[in-house]
Amino acid sequence: MKRAIALLAAALALAACGNDAANTPPASAPVDMAAWDNDPAFHTSGNPARLEDWGQFRIEGERLVLAQGVTPYALNTALFSDYALKLRTVWLPDGAQPAQWHDDETFDFPVGTVITKTFYYPRTAGSFDAVALELDPNAHFDGAALDLSAVRLIETRILVRREEGWAAIPYVWNDDQRSTRLARSGAFVDLTLLEAGGRSQALAYQVPDVNQCAQCHVTDASDGEIRPIGPRARHLNGDYPYADGEQNQLDHWRAAGLLTGGPQADAAPRNAVWHGELELSGLALEGAARAYIDINCAHCHSRTGHARTSGLYLEPADPAGPGLGVCKPPIAAGRGTGNRRYSIVPGDSHASIFTFRMESLRADAMMPELGRSVAHEEGVALVARWIDAMAGGC
Amino acid sequence: MSSFWRAALAGFSALFMLQACGQQGGDTRDLTDADREYQHVLMEALLDAQEGSVIELPAGVFIIERGLSLANVDDVTIRGAGLDETVLSFAEQRAGAEGLLVTSADNFTIEDLAIEDSIGDALKITGSENVIIRRVRTEWTSGASTDNGAYGIYPVLTTNVLIEESVAIGASDAGIYVGQSDNIVVRNNRAEYNVAGIEIENSMNADVYGNTATHNTGGILVFNMPNLPRPGHGTRVFDNDVFENNTRNFGHEGTPVANVPAGTGILVNSNDDVEIFDNRVSNNRTANVIISSLHSAGFSELGVESDFDPYPERIHIHSNSFEGGGNNPDGMDLQALRIALFGPTGRIPDVLWDGYVNADRMVDGALPDDLRLCVSGAQVLNADGPGDYGNPRVATDEHDCSHEPREAVELPF
Repeated sequence: MKRAIALLAAALALAACGNDAANTPPASAPVDMAAWDNDPAFHTSGNPARLEDWGQFRIEGERLVLAQGVTPYALNTALFSDYALKLRTVWLPDGAQPAQWHDDETFDFPVGTVITKTFYYPRTAGSFDAVALELDPNAHFDGAALDLSAVRLIETRILVRREEGWAAIPYVWNDDQRSTRLARSGAFVDLTLLEAGGRSQALAYQVPDVNQCAQCHVTDASDGEIRPIGPRARHLNGDYPYADGEQNQLDHWRAAGLLTGGPQADAAPRNAVWHGELELSGLALEGAARAYIDINCAHCHSRTGHARTSGLYLEPADPAGPGLGVCKPPIAAGRGTGNRRYSIVPGDSHASIFTFRMESLRADAMMPELGRSVAHEEGVALVARWIDAMAGGC
Repeated sequence: MSSFWRAALAGFSALFMLQACGQQGGDTRDLTDADREYQHVLMEALLDAQEGSVIELPAGVFIIERGLSLANVDDVTIRGAGLDETVLSFAEQRAGAEGLLVTSADNFTIEDLAIEDSIGDALKITGSENVIIRRVRTEWTSGASTDNGAYGIYPVLTTNVLIEESVAIGASDAGIYVGQSDNIVVRNNRAEYNVAGIEIENSMNADVYGNTATHNTGGILVFNMPNLPRPGHGTRVFDNDVFENNTRNFGHEGTPVANVPAGTGILVNSNDDVEIFDNRVSNNRTANVIISSLHSAGFSELGVESDFDPYPERIHIHSNSFEGGGNNPDGMDLQALRIALFGPTGRIPDVLWDGYVNADRMVDGALPDDLRLCVSGAQVLNADGPGDYGNPRVATDEHDCSHEPREAVELPF
């Protein structure tokens, strides 16, 4: 009996993990649709209770529409987050100066900038919690709106540039898909991920808490400031399918008054575009692998990031050698070694810690430490192929 | 034999790893009556912490299902009701690489609580100045197991750090590990059933004293690893009780400590300016003290940045009391060495040195006095690593020297 009660308690507690679960309106509860009529707004302080309060989106029927002046963007190669698709937007208040160009660092955005990232999955014919694995980064988004009849919205994160610096504020979408709630202490969303071939896997999607946001977004631990990671020249320097046609994002941003300075796109830093292609070799392989490692690892694995303690530096300009992991023994990897001896053994991905940690699902072994509960098979295959193509040994 | 560290003995290591993967010890803590609601209160308190906040935890056993974190806020104190009274149990943790991660929090104090059974490291504090860890227990409650998290108490990139009266049990790497830090006092703690009991790595100015290290694989380690921005130097290890650190090595292969032979009392590897004195060191079955270079750790030379200095220099061992030990070293090669030199009932001398010296610093075929390994009150075995261990010999007389005593570490609080 005692055991039964304990199990029941455990089940209840799991249900309670979705922060503020009691606040989730049941499907039949009326939704405050007027809340979506807000104009885009900059909140100078505090944590607004709903995404709706930021006015970055409107809901029109079955469409989540970007508000006037809100610009969608994409990264050439993106961070993996449990196969979630991501709708990224940027908005600057009227009269704000455009962001200042940097060659390597995040652009210097003006006070009032609001960046959003909405995580979603294509729905399936099955239950609401069964979602589809989709590699096309623009699936169900037409450049202006997301098709709500086809997707399940999970969370939207706000990065807002305030007078005192950037702040990260996470919101979770309620099951009605028409309302959100603030989730400063994060949440778990248990999903099932279905692949086209019929395979399915359980996915314990984790919405980060506010302090976990900082684990990735504090890219310079010496100042402790949160910064956006994606809006850098090399990640944005590619074409985007805007509603009115395809255009290079850097050109578009400059024309739209979002960005100033910097060289023309063809002379600017540019990471490879990669969305899961596997049969790469030579320079294409090198470029894709380094772009993938850049956006997935280098926000921590730099000389200023949280993982500087490891001596593993994975920014694009870091040369091959021990700093990149070649024949490098781990420092404090614990279980993360996978009983392998070096981060990268040239020519042998199966002996390399690098791929072990990308494949692992254990919290103390997996890399990145946050943001995934399943392995990115295409990403692992890409990095493995890159390591296997390296000459030499240890 | 190419090394007396375990890594080079590949076949033996592989065999050993198989043995090491099993679980030892009893059951984990029974959580039937533990509290599952308080975790939400604690998470909010950590998120909302402001400068000067004191977060008081009541007595009780509290289930925590995801890693806790505190970030970018100074002058915070986290205080429980005692290291056996306030228990944060992570046995049902679902996410997070640490139990509690503290980032960029100056003037941080944590005291009087326990962190148990975290998936990864128990308490990690990074990038902070003026850190006090007092009467904190980190423990994996099922005993020494490769399944345990890596580090118990783990400040890294910290300046001015005090760890005292704390307890670390069961870490699959180091129980108390201070990495890449400056100005460190580790005193009056107890470390047992870890792979490394207490480890100071790539750190400067550390005093390690009044501690008890027992039943670890290695008791107290002073390490430098390559490829890090800061090489360490300057540690005093004194007035510690270091005995019976004979637990089989249950570390993960590939980690630096996974190569430490079981039965190591005090180990200095590639670190400089280390003074070891007034300790009571006994019955560590490989050797009571080992002094070695990264050359003995069996790593690829290709993976070491060229500016790394692998040679331990200015090491001074004196005024310790030694008893037993060295009688049953970990590894067939060391065992053979023991029998060849000292007979079937003989023992490895109290100080085992791999014999590597920096040839570039030799003057007239010898190291200058101020760089030497100096030992008094103990025999020294030079294992002749540079000669591929072909001519190991007792060389006590060659280390009859001394260095200036190191000054005490002073903390600003």
